[in-house]
Amino acid sequence: MVKTATDIPLMDLAPGASARVVSVSSEDSKAPAEVGRRLAELGFLPGEAVRIVARGLLARAPIAVRIGTGTFALRLFEAACIRVCPEPL
Amino acid sequence: MDAAPSAPSPLIALVGNPNCGKTALFNLLTGSRQKVANYAGVTVERKEGSLLTPSGLRIRILDLPGAYSLDPLTPDEQVTADVLFGRRAGETQPDFVVCVTDATNLRQNLRLVLSLKRLGLPMVVALNMTDIARRKGIVIDADRLAAELGVPVVETVGVKTAGVKALVKVLNSSIIPKSTQHAVAWQPVTGADIQHDQAEVRRILGVVGGDRLDGITFSDRVDSVVLNPVLGPIILAVILFLVFQAVFAWAQVPMDEIKLGVADFGDWLGGVLPASLLKDLLINGIIAGTGSVLVFLPQIIILFFFILVLEESGYLPRAAFLLDRVMGSVGLSGRAFIPLLSSFACAIPGIMATRTIQNPRDRLATIMIAPLMTCSARLPVYALIIGAFIPQRSVWGGLQLQGLVLFALYLLGVVSAMGVAFVLKRSGSSANFQALMLELPVYHWPNLRNLGIGLWQRVEIFLSRVGTIILTLMVILWALSSFPAPPPGATGPAIQYSIAGHIGAWLAVIFKPIGFNWQISIALVPGLAAREVAVGALGTVYALSATGNDMSAALTPLITESWSLPTALSLLAWYVFAPQCLSTLATVKRETNSWRYPLIMAGYMFGLAYLASFITYRAALALGG
Repeated sequence: MVKTATDIPLMDLAPGASARVVSVSSEDSKAPAEVGRRLAELGFLPGEAVRIVARGLLARAPIAVRIGTGTFALRLFEAACIRVCPEPL
Repeated sequence: MDAAPSAPSPLIALVGNPNCGKTALFNLLTGSRQKVANYAGVTVERKEGSLLTPSGLRIRILDLPGAYSLDPLTPDEQVTADVLFGRRAGETQPDFVVCVTDATNLRQNLRLVLSLKRLGLPMVVALNMTDIARRKGIVIDADRLAAELGVPVVETVGVKTAGVKALVKVLNSSIIPKSTQHAVAWQPVTGADIQHDQAEVRRILGVVGGDRLDGITFSDRVDSVVLNPVLGPIILAVILFLVFQAVFAWAQVPMDEIKLGVADFGDWLGGVLPASLLKDLLINGIIAGTGSVLVFLPQIIILFFFILVLEESGYLPRAAFLLDRVMGSVGLSGRAFIPLLSSFACAIPGIMATRTIQNPRDRLATIMIAPLMTCSARLPVYALIIGAFIPQRSVWGGLQLQGLVLFALYLLGVVSAMGVAFVLKRSGSSANFQALMLELPVYHWPNLRNLGIGLWQRVEIFLSRVGTIILTLMVILWALSSFPAPPPGATGPAIQYSIAGHIGAWLAVIFKPIGFNWQISIALVPGLAAREVAVGALGTVYALSATGNDMSAALTPLITESWSLPTALSLLAWYVFAPQCLSTLATVKRETNSWRYPLIMAGYMFGLAYLASFITYRAALALGG
């Protein structure tokens, strides 16, 4: 996957801020391979709009993420597979 | 079920992403003509119904489990894929597929439509929730969508019948039962395939309309409060407290009514029937036995009412989100909290409620610890012993000591459950990456019709269990407690001479180290049927003639006299852990389709119970109690 200068891990995205998915891959993380595929099947695909809806209190996890028109709760190791590019306001 | 016509009824399958309103559509299509069971060999729920079209065609409809893809990752999806591919043993491949889509979430749903198209089975797309979409300003050109997809598209509204009529019309005219199995050459998808599909979805959405991303929606505004790190848990606690209260408070009257009704029925039957073995079996075995379980029906109805409302409204996954960290730390899913909460009423509905946990490992762990939650059947036993041995006085400024002991017993159950879950997590294999990936659907008002159907199905499952497994157990226990009859001139209570009595005498040897006398040991045997039966059995053993609450009252002075305090405390500890309920074990067998897990459960719970009682008894003796 091409890493642009501006892409950041999804976890680092500020709650409420809009972004686009750059890449989804479980290769760099410790997560099992099917996590990357499942995320893609849920709609975490390059180019899709993404936004953090809510974060947990403890260790700020899990996170609730809007992807396209759906919302999913992810644990940190799942969110770690996703890199995003924040959109200018 | 109506009789099948001469030609085999065509089978259609409802397929769709989770949360697309598929089950609501299924309820509309089939009404109450549904059969709920499990797929052979797995714990995935199988729902089949039927429909009669205006032209007289009988159609069987299968509501397949929700799936995000045809390359399965969960047991639910495995079933869906296997049935569609025609490779699931005991299931016929559907003749026709209805792919249900949520008009407000086509970006996600259309990828499954594209996958299904590649499958090659005849299909129609049901464009569901078009009313909600329209209110959001999303207007989708259904004809154009049909042209782009190359399959018919019917607009439906999950809770209204007009769209369903249109769907039935399409089904009526286009279903031809296939004579041969449809061969599927399925290529597992890769990440590139999914991206390719998504590009196609974006293109189609651009053409038909509906390619619109929401800003801040109503659900977002609700979530900003409900998922708030501080407010969220408070709201959850209040909701759980109310549910808990309702289960106990609202159920009291109907439970008393059932108790009374069962007793009256037994008395009436007792007056009508001549004294015989059959009469004894009917009254003391079957009616008293199943009655003691039937009593929990009101609690089950109230509990499942709340669970269904929370689930239908979309709150349940949010609660799972809020509890994910806490539950995750002991290796449980956030979804486990509802079954565990339910288990405070009775482990049976609790274990039934684990069906909402998708991950089979999470589900199993939840089932294994559910009986450690203090169920209401333990209350009569706790009440008896606490009333007899714990002095009625205030401690720490106004708190009742008896109430505190009761609370401590509840707490002990919860803490041990967490401990057992933690051990299970440690002993599990690749438990480090438990997936969450839980969809948080849009909030909506629960539909009464769907609530009614859902509730009825739970009641049916419970009643059929009472009528089968539990009934059988009651008859066996009755036989054990009644045979052989006491010899002529016997002085002790009849149960002492029965098989159960002999088992009790034998058990007394095992239970001596933890302070149980032979009377307690015998009472434990019929107590296996349902924990509170032990109170009645103790009464029988101590040869009392009173029944029910009178018996508790009359027993109190008797046991205060004949038991030591260490024995009483030991019995309390025993009841926190002991698998004293065969119905629960039978339910576990049914839900896991295996004897392995009920046996493991019985083993570890007996072990814990014996250990806890031993420690309690010895400690109490040492402290001079």
